[in-house]
Amino acid sequence: MTDSKQKSMSRTFITYVEDRPGVLNRVVSLFRRRGYNIESLTVGRTARPEVSRITLVVEADADMARRIEANLYKLVNVLYVEDVTASAAIVREMALIKVHAPNGKRAEVLQLCEVFRARAVDVAPDTLCLEITGTQDKIDGLIDVLRPFGIVEMVRTGAVAMVRGAGEAARPAPDRALRLTDSGTIAA
Amino acid sequence: MSLMTGAEVVWEVLAREGVEVVFGYPGGAIMPVYDALSGARVRHILVRHEQGAAHMADGYARASGKVGVCMATSGPGATNLVTGIANAMMDSVPIVCITGQVASALLGTDAFQEVDITGVTLPITKHNYLVTSADEIAGTLREAFFIARSGRPGPVLVDISKDAQQHTTELTWPDGPVVLPGYRPTYTIADETIARAAELIARSQRPIILAGHGVVASGSGALLRDLVDRTGIPVASTLLGLGGFAATHPLSLGMMGMHGEAWVNQSIQEADLLIALGMRFDDRVTGKLESYARGARKIHVDIDPSEIGKLVKADLGIVGDVAEVLSRLLPRVDFRDLTPWHERIRELKGDSAVRDIQTLPPTGKLHAAHVIHDLYRLTSGEALVVTDVGQHQMWEAQYYRHDHPRRLITSGGLGTMGFALPAAIGARAARPDADVWVVVGDGGFQMTAAELSTCAQEGIKLNVAIINNGYLGMVRQWQQFFYDGRYMATPLRNPDFVKLAEAHGLRGLRVSRREEIEEAVRTAQADPGTVVIDFRVEQEDSVYPMVPSGADLADMIRRPSPSGSASPAKPAVSPIVETSDD
Repeated sequence: MTDSKQKSMSRTFITYVEDRPGVLNRVVSLFRRRGYNIESLTVGRTARPEVSRITLVVEADADMARRIEANLYKLVNVLYVEDVTASAAIVREMALIKVHAPNGKRAEVLQLCEVFRARAVDVAPDTLCLEITGTQDKIDGLIDVLRPFGIVEMVRTGAVAMVRGAGEAARPAPDRALRLTDSGTIAA
Repeated sequence: MSLMTGAEVVWEVLAREGVEVVFGYPGGAIMPVYDALSGARVRHILVRHEQGAAHMADGYARASGKVGVCMATSGPGATNLVTGIANAMMDSVPIVCITGQVASALLGTDAFQEVDITGVTLPITKHNYLVTSADEIAGTLREAFFIARSGRPGPVLVDISKDAQQHTTELTWPDGPVVLPGYRPTYTIADETIARAAELIARSQRPIILAGHGVVASGSGALLRDLVDRTGIPVASTLLGLGGFAATHPLSLGMMGMHGEAWVNQSIQEADLLIALGMRFDDRVTGKLESYARGARKIHVDIDPSEIGKLVKADLGIVGDVAEVLSRLLPRVDFRDLTPWHERIRELKGDSAVRDIQTLPPTGKLHAAHVIHDLYRLTSGEALVVTDVGQHQMWEAQYYRHDHPRRLITSGGLGTMGFALPAAIGARAARPDADVWVVVGDGGFQMTAAELSTCAQEGIKLNVAIINNGYLGMVRQWQQFFYDGRYMATPLRNPDFVKLAEAHGLRGLRVSRREEIEEAVRTAQADPGTVVIDFRVEQEDSVYPMVPSGADLADMIRRPSPSGSASPAKPAVSPIVETSDD
């Protein structure tokens, strides 16, 4: 094992779960009782009815990551887990930022928006509301440069992730041999 | 197809799942199910406290290898199950718990006797369900049984709202297997993995097999014996592994861990290969992790992939059923001449033998170890023993040598006092032919002593041996060793256990001298009802050897040697080596 594999770092998991009441609670309860620290968690629907997708970002080393995956699989409602940390994946967060931008400052704020490819989605006499999607670093960067103007309010989502390329994330896992079939069911 | 109420469906599914007996206690939210009991083909045993029902289901499951079932009402009935469910979870015991729930329209309103029991039991069940429709009862219960018994077994709770019990439905029973898309209890093991295990075994000079509960649960006893007879590898057992490999086999070392025999722990520390079968390297087994078996490579076989590498790093982790691993490993291993290793273990053993209390000259006093050893002798080692938690549990593990699986039932992971009596009722329900002995301390007995009424009412025959030392003995021992002998809140003023038995219409006996043991045991065995024997043993005996919590596995407090002058009251050990989590 190389050092980088043993290093504790932020790891991103894509998880498919059955869309049933209480499933998110089961996932979160597992992380709480095993002492895994969730950095970010995003839940949403998928293209398939009755299947939800959770993107989890957790600080873990390689061994812990393997056990997180194994523990997630122990939850009966969890259909598929993939650690995409080492894969070429698109990871995005989103933020809405309401920033102080009176007349004299507005142009400057909009210029910064341009640089970060953020969009102004609302304008009020003294404020601008900006929308940005991107990696955590990019959003942090925008926040840093906006801070001197005065951030009035901000909301950020957790990360969502998708593996690059043509295939779907749910390809056969070595131990589990589970995959999502075209019909949307899980087959061995 | 005829219409049935949800309550009738419950009993129908239980019968179809092969359930013989349900341990339970009625109450408002489960009354429709109890009302339907009159037409059921399943025996019901009325308990005195729902905790007892859960332990009975647990004891039934461990004695029979089948799924145990308990039943309770909503609210306090359900929360009273919690300790029993947690116990089954920690020891991977398949039970299904059925609880009544308030009517679905009232859910979430803090209705009378409403508790979110699926929320409460989420971390202590393998899975749980809330059912609010009669149509879903059959399918859900079927899934519950499947999940409880497959893969790594465990408890499953099914909470059924009262209206779901009352409404009518058509019973549908699919022919095929249970389909759960996200649940894969079994794994395929690659041939290369088995080959690598065989290679590690072939290269080792000082191998030891660590046999855990998985050996018993997977019914691998015969395969394990074949492997040992073929390879000459000695076997150490965990507490829950006892009986999985015959204790009288020449290559059986005995129990490992905190109160394991010194030679077992020393052998593990000197080994160059550990073959861990269905065990999870609990802290009671390893002592200090940093110094645990440092010279040994580790093959870790477990059906639960999350156990591999959890505490002890495995050189080879095999996720799978112990029986499958052993049957595929067997053709690949050969006889090894391990004479030097066997001789080294014999040497380690020799030193301990002189310290054995059995070889000490009689003092006229009654020691718990005498009681257990005599019980072993008088029952020819064939009894089904159910123990509680504490000193007596460790003495039983040390002095009652189990040659068969499922003949020792004990609370391992959770360490639940009060487990023994109800679990024994469950075990006896599973094995009405067995000579069932409850070995229990005076403290633990009183936690669930009300279940004596269950024995009396249901005509359940047990032999209850109370190892009565007038203390919460294990805590007292820790106070003696690690807290300068301050016996805070451990002395017990007990009721008269003989009279207590008699108050239940049962026989009670008292034994305070070793010569009286045999007659009491024979009298108990001959009595058709449950008999309680109050064994008045030495009050301040301690369980030796002992690895203090957090200490190196080989760093044991030894039994005082008869020739040495070391007093058992003052063991030569630094007083506090335990970790803060104790």
